[in-house]
Amino acid sequence: MLKIENLHARIEEKEILKGINLNIKPGEIHAIMGPNGSGKSTLASVLAGRTDYEVTGGSVSFMGKDLLELSPEDRSREGLFLAFQYPVEIPGVSTTNFIKSAVNEKRKYLGQEPLDAVQFLKTMKEKMKLVEIDQSLLSRSLNEGFSGGEKKRNEIFQMAMLNPKLAILDETDSGLDIDALRIVANGVNQLRNKDNAFLIVTHYQRLLDYIVPDFVHVLYNGRIVKSGTKELAFELEEKGYDFIKAEVNEATA
Amino acid sequence: MDAKIFFKEIYEHQEKGASNLKSFQQKNWDAFSELGLPAIKHEEWKYTKVKNLFKDGLIYDQQASAINKDDLSNFILPGTEKANHVFFINGIYQAGLTLVADSADYLVIKTLEAASGDEDSAFVDAYLGGSYGYNSDGINALNASFSSGGAFIKVKKGAALTHPVVIHHIADTQVGLRFSQPRILISIESLSQATIIETYNRIGTNESLTNEVIEICVEKEANLRYIKIQNEGADSNHTGTTHIRQLAKAVTHAVTITLSGSVVRNNLNMVMDGEFGESHMFGLYLLDGKTQADNHTIVDNAMPNCFSNELYKGIMDGSSSGIFNGKIFVRKDAQKTNAYQTNKNILMSENSSANTKPQLEIFADDVKCSHGCTIGKLDDDALFYLRARGISEQNAKALLLHAFSADILQQIEIEPLREYIDGLISDRLTLSI
Repeated sequence: MLKIENLHARIEEKEILKGINLNIKPGEIHAIMGPNGSGKSTLASVLAGRTDYEVTGGSVSFMGKDLLELSPEDRSREGLFLAFQYPVEIPGVSTTNFIKSAVNEKRKYLGQEPLDAVQFLKTMKEKMKLVEIDQSLLSRSLNEGFSGGEKKRNEIFQMAMLNPKLAILDETDSGLDIDALRIVANGVNQLRNKDNAFLIVTHYQRLLDYIVPDFVHVLYNGRIVKSGTKELAFELEEKGYDFIKAEVNEATA
Repeated sequence: MDAKIFFKEIYEHQEKGASNLKSFQQKNWDAFSELGLPAIKHEEWKYTKVKNLFKDGLIYDQQASAINKDDLSNFILPGTEKANHVFFINGIYQAGLTLVADSADYLVIKTLEAASGDEDSAFVDAYLGGSYGYNSDGINALNASFSSGGAFIKVKKGAALTHPVVIHHIADTQVGLRFSQPRILISIESLSQATIIETYNRIGTNESLTNEVIEICVEKEANLRYIKIQNEGADSNHTGTTHIRQLAKAVTHAVTITLSGSVVRNNLNMVMDGEFGESHMFGLYLLDGKTQADNHTIVDNAMPNCFSNELYKGIMDGSSSGIFNGKIFVRKDAQKTNAYQTNKNILMSENSSANTKPQLEIFADDVKCSHGCTIGKLDDDALFYLRARGISEQNAKALLLHAFSADILQQIEIEPLREYIDGLISDRLTLSI
């Protein structure tokens, strides 16, 4: 589904990704962990198409297409979803109208008829239940004045509405209390199926108590330095990132 | 052209026989003869080269063209189908075309000349020309010199009008560059309530130039809503002054929407001349091509305990330019004044520009005043967020700009009219920006 080969990217003059390789198949959940500044969020942003970053080498194919050639909107329409670490507040744009535009632009791109008001409301009600989000939140301006937990739930709600093939969750757990974390995880678990995949970017292991990954990768200094199964996450939680840093530094010394 | 020579000829030949306005006109003509048209070295006219608008071939005959009554129905805006309609053609008030929907017990509409000679003459004497104290320039004097084609409107004491008063300005440009000078004097008597809408249209494809002065007195505890909608087309030029004097406890709410034009200059003066007056001023200018829109506002707090709030927003594309100049005066006696002002601008293109200048002159010591202005481009993070959800770049921009203008549009209470303007803006945002 997603194949990243030797991906290099920089922001201004600073090289942040220094050769990422990753292969994600349908039905899989991958977690990317790593210390602060290792390039986790950069990877998420590059995949979503943020233009602040310049890709200097490597390739990314998504569903057989060259992802790096696609505009951010086309990446989304092809089925890529990024749950933002910091969802943007947009005053004056109602959440409902925004999601309706997003859903229907995707449908148009895929050659489908737009959802009419009744169908849209029906879908919205279903998905709202899934992430335990309240109607009153959705009639407000997009993310404006939302609490941290409400913003993250809104991200998962949007994910549910857009039904992506690959969802990237960029530190969705950061700043969440345990109840919000459970709601977010529950939403993800209900949405996962054999045809979609998740890439969970996180600093801590605790989200992975609720969303069990098939693979865990450790990103350090712009490269994936270690991959394993969920046990690797426990090991990191127990020992911290220092042992990884030590291993890497030893190998390069 | 040499405006002094050009207009002298016309001034000397205008009918002055029975006009009670004669001395008013003469006084202003003398002022114009001395001042001429404002030059850009005039601080208030720094960005608007008004002299350039007076081109050779300009037609000013003070005669209304014969316009087919049926054609007028084309100019009726949604939500104003049933309204009090007042028509100005080429700047001349057309008494014969006036349509009154409210009762004559509540609303009086007549020529300014009639008002200056009947029971309203005291009001005319007191208030006609009040704007000149704030806009003491040749362009204001020029309008006053030719004010005999003007209109007088009175909303009687205690009357709450059911329908808005819509003032239509129609320029017939079929034979060339048409110059019009509408003059309007309005009395909103105490405890009454009215909505006044001004709208501008053109027949023919030549340029138009409208130099308007509208003066309104909102008397004690009266309530005025005023909406000025400018969408006359790319070749229309406008210099207009709306002068509103408020007495005690009067409330005024003004919305100025500028969607097209070549050179547009709007002066909006709010004179808070009674205690506990309240004034809300909103403006939206959505510009493209080479349009220049120049909004000058004045809030003059002459009396204590008044409140004013002002929010103007601009979106500039192409090589358009938006200008905002907001003055707030707080006189020595105007203690406990609250006066707020905000101007926000978004530039959509390399060649567009915005100039904004707040100007606060405060002589009282117990007041709350604030001002703020921004000039920027659309927020990249917001744009990316929308695109990352599959919304095209163009639609994402339109959504954000629409959201930016929403709090101004919401100020228009007549729903079909708001939706109509909203539609014009949506069309523009998708097509050109």
